[in-house]
Order: sequence, then C-alpha cells, then structure tokens
Amino acid sequence: MSSYLPPWDQVLRVLTLSDFNTRVVVVGVGILGMAAGIVGTFTLLRKRALVSDAVSHATLPGIAAAWLVMVALGGTGKWFPGLLIGAAAGGLAAIAAVMVVRTVLRLHEDAALGIVLSVSFGVGIALLGMIQQMRRGSAAGLDSFIYGKTASMLVSDALLIGVISLVLVVVAALLFKELNMLCFDADYAASQGLPVGVLDVLMLSLVVAVTVIGLQAVGLILIVALLITPAAAARFWTYNLRRMTILSAVIGALGGFVGAALSALVPRLPAGAVIVATTAVGFVISVLFGTRRGLLRMLIERHRSDRRIRREHLLRAAFEQVEGRLGATPSRADLQAAAVDRAQLAHRRGWTGGELGAAMRVGHRDGLLQPAPLDPDSVRLTPTGAAQALQLVRNHRLWELYLIRHAEVATSRVDRGADRIEHVLEPDLVAELEAELDGQAESATVAASPHELGSPREPGGRDT
Amino acid sequence: MTWTALDTGIVVVAAVSAMASALIGSFLVLRRMSMMGDAISHAVLPGIAIAFLATLSRDTGVIVIGAAVAGVLTAAFTQLIHQVGNVDRGAAMGVVFTTMFAVGLILIVRSADSVHIDVHTVFYGSVELAPLNDVVVAGVRMPRALLILGAVFAADLAFVLVLFKELNLTSFDEDFARSIGCNARLMHYALMVMVAVTIVAAFESVGSILVIAMLIVPGVVASLFTRRLWSLLVFGQGVALVCAVGGHVGAITVPRWFGLADTSTAGMMTVVAGVVVAVALVAAPERGLAARALHRVRSGRRAQAPRQSNTTPSISFSRR
Repeated sequence: MSSYLPPWDQVLRVLTLSDFNTRVVVVGVGILGMAAGIVGTFTLLRKRALVSDAVSHATLPGIAAAWLVMVALGGTGKWFPGLLIGAAAGGLAAIAAVMVVRTVLRLHEDAALGIVLSVSFGVGIALLGMIQQMRRGSAAGLDSFIYGKTASMLVSDALLIGVISLVLVVVAALLFKELNMLCFDADYAASQGLPVGVLDVLMLSLVVAVTVIGLQAVGLILIVALLITPAAAARFWTYNLRRMTILSAVIGALGGFVGAALSALVPRLPAGAVIVATTAVGFVISVLFGTRRGLLRMLIERHRSDRRIRREHLLRAAFEQVEGRLGATPSRADLQAAAVDRAQLAHRRGWTGGELGAAMRVGHRDGLLQPAPLDPDSVRLTPTGAAQALQLVRNHRLWELYLIRHAEVATSRVDRGADRIEHVLEPDLVAELEAELDGQAESATVAASPHELGSPREPGGRDT
Repeated sequence: MTWTALDTGIVVVAAVSAMASALIGSFLVLRRMSMMGDAISHAVLPGIAIAFLATLSRDTGVIVIGAAVAGVLTAAFTQLIHQVGNVDRGAAMGVVFTTMFAVGLILIVRSADSVHIDVHTVFYGSVELAPLNDVVVAGVRMPRALLILGAVFAADLAFVLVLFKELNLTSFDEDFARSIGCNARLMHYALMVMVAVTIVAAFESVGSILVIAMLIVPGVVASLFTRRLWSLLVFGQGVALVCAVGGHVGAITVPRWFGLADTSTAGMMTVVAGVVVAVALVAAPERGLAARALHRVRSGRRAQAPRQSNTTPSISFSRR
C-alpha cells in the first residue's frame, strides 16, 4: 500500500474549498447527499427502500436506449442531458413494471423488484454489448455510469445536480404533510381523501430523479446507499418525522461532502465508494450512539431496568419475610424494626449467592438497606427502604387484584411501572380494590397476597 | 447462424450455472428474500478482496471461503440492524450490501498497483470465454468453469436433497418449523452460505448479471404455475434451461438483424428471462391476464343466470 499523508497545504486547499474544481465537486455531491437523504426518509418509512435498487439498475438500459436513439438521429450520443432523460425513462419504466408485476401476479414486492432489477440490468448489458460494436457514435464512457466518475465531474454537471436537488427539496417540503401521512398510515391517508396512489408515484419519481442525477457522481450501484443509509441512520436518533428528515439530510450532505473531499485528497480512491463509506461511518456512529435506538442507550436502559427490577424484588422479598413472621400486614415501623434474614431472602427469590450479593449492593447503594446491629446474617430496612417497600407491595397487590377482577375487559390499562396505581386507574376503582384487599387481610390469618386468591391448590403462587 | 462446438460449450456452462442458481434461488423467492441475491452478489466483494489480498492466491477455494464468510456477514448484519433499529429489513439489507460493496471497491482500487485484481475480473467473467479455459480431470478435457460450476451444482443439489424437509418447512411456515424443533436460524444461514458460494462460483466463470436474474426469475415463474415444492424446483430448472439456450441463440442471432456480430450471452439470457416473465404474466393459471379475462367472462355469464350464482370460484390465494 502506498498510502501517504497529503501535504498540509493541499489538505487546507481542499478543506477551504479554494480549488475551483474541488469546490464544484464537493459542494455538488454534498447537495446530492442532502436531497437523497430527504427522499430516502420517505421511502424508508414507506418500507420501499429497495425500490431505489431496482430503479438504479433500470437506468442502464434507459441510458443505452437513449444513446441508440441519439445516434440514430445522427448525433454522437454524447449529449449528457439526453442520456439523463433516457436514464429517467428507464427508472420510471422500472417503477411501472414493478407495479404491474406486483398487482397482476400478486407477488410480494421483493420478488417483483428482483425480477425488474435483474432483467432490466441484463437488457442494459445486452444493449451495451451491441453498442460497443457499432462504428458510429462514441460509446466511450457509457459504462462509467455503473461506477460513477466523480473526479471528472464538470461545473455544468454539478450545477445540474445542485439545481435538480434543490427542486426536489422544495417539492418534498411542500408535500411534507401528505408524504408524512402516506408513510405512517396509508389507509388513514386514503380515508382522509388523499390520493395515495398518486403520492406513491410522486415519491417514487423523486427516487428516480435522485438516482438519475446521482449516477454521474457515485454510479448506479452505490447511489442506492445515498438513498437508504442516511435515512436508516437518522432513525436511530428520533421518532419525529420532521427531525428525522432534517437529520437524514444532514447525514447525507456530510457523507457526500466529506467523502468527495477525501477522494480529492488521497490519490487512487474510488470517489463513489468513499462517499458511501463515509456515509456508512455516520450510520455506524448512529447505531452505536443514537439517542433513541442506539446500542449504547439500549445497554444503559437495560442496566437501569435490571437494577430497578432487582431493587423491587429485594424490597418485596423483605416485606414478605416480615409479613410472614408477624402474621399480619406490617406497618412502616414494623418494617424498620425487623431484621431481614439474608439467607431467607435468597431462598424466597430463588437467588444464587451472587445474585443475592448484587441485590444487597443495589440496596445499600440506593440507601434502602442498612446493616443490622450485632447480626452479620441479617440486614434492616432504612426508613426510605421501608416506605418504598410498603408502597411497592401495595401497588403490586392492587394490580394483581385488578387483573383478577377486571382484566378480561381492560388488560391494556395495566402499567406495572406506574409509580402509583392511582396514576392509571380512577380513584373510586382504587378505593374499591383497596377495600377488597383489606377485607381479605382481615378474614385471613396472613394478609393475602392475591397470588393465592384464586388458586388454593397452588399455595406458593408463581411470582412475577 | 453457424453453430460451433464453442457455442455448445457456452450453452452447457451457462445452463449449469443457471440451473444451480435457480435451484438455490427458489428458496430465496419462497422466503420472500428475493433481493438477498442482489445484495449478496454485491456484498461478497470485500470477502473476495480480503481473501485474495491475504493469500495472494486466486485459488477458487480461497475465494469461495471469503465469499461465504461475506455472505453470512451480510445476513447477520441485516438481521442485527433490522432488530436493533426496527429498520425495515429491505432498508437494513440496502445499508449493509452497499457499504460492503464500497469497502470492497476501495480495497481493490487501493491495492491495485501491488497485486493484480480488478473489479472486472471479479464481476465480469464472461460465459463466452469460459469454454476456452480447459482443464484435464481424470483424463477428460473439460472447461474449468464447467468443473467448478458442476461441483457447485452438485453441492446445491445435495444440500436441497438432504435438507429437503427442513427447507420445505422453514420456507413455508417458519413458526411451525420452529415449534416442531427445526432450527430455522441454522437453515437460514446455511442457505445464505450456499447462495454466496453459488454466486461467487458463477461470477468467476459467467459473470454477475446472469446469476442475479437466474437466482430469482425461475423460482418466481415456477411459483406462479405450481405450489408444490418438488414441482416448483423442477419447473425452475426448466426455466433456467430455456433461458440458457434461448439466451445464447438470441445473443448470436438478434444483433445480426441490426448488422452487428453478437452481444453478451449473459445479458441476452436475462432478456429471455424477461420474456419468460412476460409470458407468465399472460399465461399463468389463476393469476395471469388470460385466466383473469376468462374468469371475468365466466362470472359475467353466471351473473346473467341468477339461479346458479352461488358458487363464485375464488382466485384469491394472495401471497401478501
């Protein structure tokens, strides 16, 4: 590998965009990334991200056919806008073909996409094979559309990309509300009188437009990445469509900008691939650190919830131990006064020594437990611990009772995480449940945990 | 049209690669993972590049191992992103395969001056040249491509025959398969390995364009005509054969009409595949345009005779 660090003044020239050609390419690709990020958000949420793959492959026969038409009309086939029109026609034809195959043959979307993608790309290759043997016209450079050739982008190309991208951004902004409804609930959108079919076609036309202008920059295989990756990355940061769209645009623009700059700095880097790779770096960062679905956040949340569950189990086990010893529902003072035997705790919860130790550490750190004087085998609840245990057990039992009495009609209201049952249920219902729980406590020798209520043959009950 | 021994060789190599792809690809179609063929065909690039750069050998075995690893990684990363991010499976796949392809391209381009490997040798092996590269095995002279593709076809066939029951179960009803103790995940990744191996073997000898089409089209067309796995696989083999023969005949005849010599056989094979799909669009039983028109005529006639109108034949076995 002959990778070397480019001299500083060169880095500076690229970063400050002082070189005219670099400026054109870098800014053009950046704008392209932005437009792709915005359009990609909608296709991603509509679960049609891979449409772009079929569209991009189908531009090849379009380009080849446009070349043939232009040569037949006496041209050289080099007229760039003509080739782009051909590419767009190919992309639109692919979308129409996908729709026909899907609706007539009732195939799953992926099968329809696969057929259209492979057949149209094959047609393109067959046409190119014929074009390369033709004497007339100049076929050189047609296959550069497959891999792109960012470095040789002209000012006019960059301008074209910039202008079309801005038009796309404006269209997406104007139709934001409609596209939003289409993505989240197409049936609802239809019931509100929105022309869902037309919107779908419009959305896919935006995909075609981005693909066509991106061919020159990154090639038809990798333009797919600009249409999918930024949107998928943005999904890890937010649930809000507006924010997701903006974020996706930013990630796409940054990926394009940085990638194009990198490939201008380091020799022999395929620009399209570098642009895709830098966008992918943004994706990986999002997967790791995304504030909504990122792995780091999920690990932290799991750790927290593990701790919370451990704490709740500890407090309830302690409560039940004291309750069993007293033969009645303990008061707060009872809870504070009683020594809680560690071995019995472990037995009650089925904890191993390690799990007991972890629960003890959590209890001490959160100020729920204190050492029992003169008794190394026991611990005692602190005032906070006693109060929390009381509240926790009361909540738990009321919920259990609610599930037994009312759950067949309203299980969806059960929210065990709610700090207090009153937050979810109406006060009079809570009062009714409390009265019933107290009634059971008086009639039974031991204040009943509702686990035992309906199943006398299963005295231990299965705890949750 | 002049047909030579070379043409026979081309058709045989093309047919074997098409049949191998069709056999294994039918399961992708049944599992609604048709785009996985395209994804893996791009994603194997870094696997091939790393295997090559690490060993500096163009040995087929090394390349196949690299491709298989890349194929499994594609499936695994797709699954991970799909689950962690709750991103649509298609989008997850799109992120993974484009990224891997880009990494492969960068690796290849950066090392191009020290070792000889380029994108063309990986992707555009051409079926027209395949019969020219001979090897002698056990005294028989045969094209090297035929040897490799024949071995892969045999491996695919063995895979399908040995695991027929499991593939059948996991393809049609994964939950049921799991409930009776079938390791659906293992089957999934085993299938991905076979797909990657088939793809890369075909790349080297006949090029990528052909494989992607042959993985999907035969399976899809067959699924329109039959619903039994056995007959679906056999039907798919027939479609593959038609594409191979028709493709090459088309490649050496159609361009003549325009005064040109010939064109890519692989490209023409996918054109034939497109024609087959078009035929199925019209002629498929129950779902085809012809069957629908017929049904419409019949039910119209029945509507005119009101007393018999209680048995409307259903054509709804929608797969959605």
